[in-house]
Formats: sequence, structure tokens, C-alpha cells
Amino acid sequence: MSAAAVETADVVARVRRARRRRATVVLSVLVALLVVVAAASVSVGSYSLTLPDLLATLAGRGSRADNLAVFGLRLPRFALAVLVGVAFGLSGALFQNLLRNPLASPDIIGVSGGASAAAIAGILLLGLGSVGTSLLAFAGALAVATAIYLLAWRGGVLGYRFVLVGIATAFLMQAVIGYLLTRAEIREASGAFVWLVGSISSTRWQDVAPVAVALAVLLPAVIALSRSLTALDLGDDAASGLGVRVERTRALGILVAVALAALGTAAAGPVAFVAFVSGPIARRLLRTGAAALPVSALVGALVMGAADFVAQHLLPGDVVLPVGIVTGAVGAPYLLYLLATANRTGRGA
Amino acid sequence: MTGTLERGGRLTEGSRTGRRRRLVVGFAITLLALAVALVGSVAVGARDVPLVDALVAVFSPGATDADSVAVRDLRLPRLVIGLVAGAALGIAGALMQGLTRNPLADPGLLGVNAGASFFVAGAITWFGVTTASGFVWFAFAGSAVAAVVVYGIGAIGREGATPVKLALAGTAVTAAFTSLLTITLVGDVETLDRYRFWAVGSLVGRDLDTTLLLLPFVAAGALLAIGGARALDAIALGDDVARGLGTNLPLARAVVGLAVVLLCGSATAMAGPLAFVGLVVPHVARRFTGPDYRAILVLSALLGGALLLLADTIGRVIVLPGELEAGLVVAAIGAPLMIAIIRSPRLARL
Repeated sequence: MSAAAVETADVVARVRRARRRRATVVLSVLVALLVVVAAASVSVGSYSLTLPDLLATLAGRGSRADNLAVFGLRLPRFALAVLVGVAFGLSGALFQNLLRNPLASPDIIGVSGGASAAAIAGILLLGLGSVGTSLLAFAGALAVATAIYLLAWRGGVLGYRFVLVGIATAFLMQAVIGYLLTRAEIREASGAFVWLVGSISSTRWQDVAPVAVALAVLLPAVIALSRSLTALDLGDDAASGLGVRVERTRALGILVAVALAALGTAAAGPVAFVAFVSGPIARRLLRTGAAALPVSALVGALVMGAADFVAQHLLPGDVVLPVGIVTGAVGAPYLLYLLATANRTGRGA
Repeated sequence: MTGTLERGGRLTEGSRTGRRRRLVVGFAITLLALAVALVGSVAVGARDVPLVDALVAVFSPGATDADSVAVRDLRLPRLVIGLVAGAALGIAGALMQGLTRNPLADPGLLGVNAGASFFVAGAITWFGVTTASGFVWFAFAGSAVAAVVVYGIGAIGREGATPVKLALAGTAVTAAFTSLLTITLVGDVETLDRYRFWAVGSLVGRDLDTTLLLLPFVAAGALLAIGGARALDAIALGDDVARGLGTNLPLARAVVGLAVVLLCGSATAMAGPLAFVGLVVPHVARRFTGPDYRAILVLSALLGGALLLLADTIGRVIVLPGELEAGLVVAAIGAPLMIAIIRSPRLARL
């Protein structure tokens, strides 16, 4: 081996080590922040706990009131927010990766729109409760995503065609939602509108469990796919040269991403921009263009957890805002900023 | 040699007359569609008014019977608003497609209407603006902000404003503005009640005074558009060629942009944030006109008015006894057409 080759190998190894170190630091910081938000979420409220109280409660030595507040009410809510955040974060990052576009996310390309239209139809036309609405939202997202995939098919699905058909679908779904909202009694429409904004309304473990189970099924699928996804990042030709079946991988990836978006939307409504911003934030933190799925998932969880905490305590008294208001108010300007800078580096399309 | 040249000359001559014939056919079909739309708009509705009576009622301002009043006070304003808003959106769509050389440009899809909506809602909610003459300025400001942001974002980067980049930027900006607008609405049932009907885009219950107030702005926008048509013809050949032909590109962009803002802001203030009119109409117009932007603009204006009026009329009869808002009918027609445009192999070229 020549000296130059040794030197190159050295540099590559050094860069790789630096990148891994950065990933470790980012992950640790995110986990630490999540723990802080978790502690705040379970202890602050109309009945607040001090830190020693909280620690005692967690160790199993809390008073009855402490136990009820932490384990009975606040922890399930926080857990639900985090699970939804993980689902949205992963879904957005997967879509952005698969479609090779940092702006492609389920809330932009009609998948969340399909879930919303189905859910609103369930609420307003069928008078469904929360479980029925969630199931219908899930089915709606899958149905609409299948339609987009088939309509974008022309001897293979190209990223840009999927995105554009998705945008047309998103506007169509918006019309369907508008139709349903204008046909309903204003009181019912108002309730449906709150669902559309996105909110964590449950504080019961029974509602957390199905989301956790669904995530437990989907996460291994993401992990199984992640290696071929990394290869797909190199381009279709390079990936198939590495032995990856491109079209099949892309279809499976989209299926998993859609299922994740559907899961999050079914559980909490189409919470604005969590799926959109998680991937870009993760890539910025890691300073790489590559898929950053674990970090995206953590960012999603942190964003949802923190936003729901703010939504609960922003207004005085016991007024709880829908979490989508907070993510929308913070997310919309950040999204515009992201759009501007994402395209400046030439990765916009 | 001379034979080939002559044949070539005859060929261009032949294709020129062919093009002219196609243009005449296009205008004839458009005017026919417009006539049907105009008559349908005054004659069709929940109240069964005979066609002749309806047409008589339009031209007899003194009549006081219920049929005449319904035609004059309910249907005629819808006709005027639909015609003006549809024409404005048609022209604006053609201008945006020409300026960005993007077949998917549309005031609704690129977020310009959403910007106008958000600014109008903000003016009403936060600044207590109640008069139409007050909030039209917010509508113009909103469309200007959205247009600049979307175009600015979409055009940065190596390849310039590709269809995908612009469409994504537009949809994202729409989502951002809609989300901000939502914040003003949660918990305010009364405003939500009005907003939900306005947001789907409809000609029902609109104020004719607003339209009359906006008419000069639409006219100004249309004149600017015609003034910019030559520049758009040159831009269609590429920026470099346009510059070579002596086009002042910054000036042309400013003129066309101002026209878009005036037209979209006016249309949104009149009829709500309507998508797809501006997308579909220029594509139909171009089939008849070829690449000449003056013809495209005129035909798009007529077709836009016809489309919106027809959509409004169809909406009156399709879900009897109720009504379907024009914006919903347009979306049902426009979204499949948009998907067809996306699937066509000529997408990237304009």
C-alpha cells in the first residue's frame, strides 16, 4: 500500500470517527433533554410536585395523590405525545429519504390529508368516537397513499412524480374536508376542527397501549429497511449494484412511512409540521445529508413532548390548547426558514 | 434546392393558416362556453325560473315579482363575481406559468391565495378591519408576501425554479399560512362559522360592492399582463435568449409579478382562496393558441370566467336540494386534470 493510500484511509477513518462521536453526543443531549421535559411534564400542573417528591414517587414511595398525578394522569399523556412524536419524526425522515427531497413529508404530500378527510367524515357523518375515528384515519391514510403510489406509477415510481401527485391529492383532500366542514352543524364542525389542529386529549394508559404496540411492530421494520435505505441514498443505479432491489425497497419504505404517519395522525390528529421539521433538524444536528433515523425519531419525540407541555401551561388557569397550535405557531416560521436554506444548498429538488 | 425552399415556405404558410384556424376555433368554443355559463348562471337554480323570464328579469330593473328579484339580487351578483374572479385567476395562472416556465404554477397551489387569506383574516381578527376597502390592501399585501417568498425559495439553487421545487415551496407556504390562520380560529366558533364557507371558495353570499371596488385593480392587473405578454414570449425561450432579444428581465418580472399580486389578491378577496382555476385554464388555452402569450392571456381570461361560472352553476344542481360551492366543483375537476398534466411526458417543458 502506498503512502498516499494509507494517508487517505487515515483521513477516512478520522472523519468516520468524528462523525460517530458527533452522533453519540447529539443522541445523548437529545435523551437528556427528553428526560428534562419528561420530568417537567409529570411534575408541573395545578397540583405540582417538587423534585424530591417526584424522585420519591418514581421510586415507589409517593403519596396517593402524587401517584395519581404522575402515573395516572401525566405520564400516560406524556408517553402518548412521545410515541406520536417518534412516529411522525420517523415518517417524515423516511419520506424525505425515499423521495430524495428534504421538503417531502406526509403532511405536505396528502397522506395526512387522507387521514384527516377520513377521520372528519367519521366524526361528522358517522358520529364515531375516538377509537373509530383513529381506525378510520389510519385506513384513510393507507388508501390515499396507495392511490398516490398507483397514480405516480409509470414504469416505476419517480420521487418527483410521487411528490406532485401527492400535492394534487393534498389539495383535493382539503376540498373534501372543506365540504364536510361546511355541511355540518357548527358545533360539530368546531369539534372536528379541533381534531384537525391536532391534540393529545387522552390521559389513559388504555389509549397509549395500542399506539405502543403498533410502534413496536413498525420499528423493527424500519430497522430492517434502514441498511437498504442507506444504499438507496447513493442513487438507484449504485444501490442496485450493491444488490438492493430498488423498487421493492422503495415501495416497502413508503408503506412503513405511511403506516407511521397514519399511526401518529390516528392517535393525535395531523399535528402540524412535526413530521416536516424532524428530519431537517436531525440532519442539521448531525451535519450530514444522510438518513438520520434514530435522531429524527428523538427530535420528533422531543418536539411533541415539549410542545404539549407548552400547550398545557401557556394559558393561565386550566385552559389546555391543542398541541397543533403550538407546533403550528413555532413550526410555520421555522418551515419557511428551512425552505429558504434547504434550497440554497441546492438540495431542494 | 429551390424546390425544398419553396416547399418549406408553403409548409410554414400552411401551418400558419392552420394555427389561425385553430385560434378561431378556440375563441369560438370559448365564447360558446362563456355564453352557456352566463345564461346558466342566471337561469339555473333552486327556484325554477323559466329561461326567458330569467333573461327578461336581468334587463328589467323595475320588476318586483319574486322570480325577478331572485334573479337580480341573488344570481346576477354571483355572475359578476364569478366572471371577474375567474378571469383574474385565469390570467394570473397564465402569467405565473409563463414567468416561472412551470406548467404547475397556479395562484392556489403556489400559496399566493393562502397568503391573501391569512392577511385578510388577520386584518379582521387582530386589526378590527371590517370594511372591504380596508381589507383589500391586506389581500394585496398577503399575496405579494406569499408570491415573493414562494418564488424566492423556489428559484434559489442550482437548477432554478423546477416544477417540484416551486410546487413544494407553494404547498409548504400554504400549509404555514393555513396553520397560522387556524390559530386565529380555534375557540372562536362564530368566526369559524363564517370562515369555513369562505375557505372552500364560493360565489354565494359575497358582497357585490367588494367586487365593484376591486374592478379597477383587476383591470389594472389585466393591462399590466397584456403589457408583459411580449416579455413572456421571450422568457419562454429561456432567460439568456430573452436577454439577447433585448428584454429587460428585472422590469418584466416586476410588471408580471405586480399583475399577479393585483389579480390574485382581488380574486381571493372576492371569492375566497380558489385553487386549480389558474392551473387548468392556461393549459386548455394553449392547445388553441400555441405559444403566443397575448392570445393565451385573453383566452385564459375568458375561459377562467366561463369555468368558474360553470362550476358555480353545476354546484347548484348537483346535490339538490343543497348547493355545492364553486371551489369544490373546481377542485373535483382540477385535481384529476393536474394529475394528468403531471403524468404527461411533457411536464418539464414550458
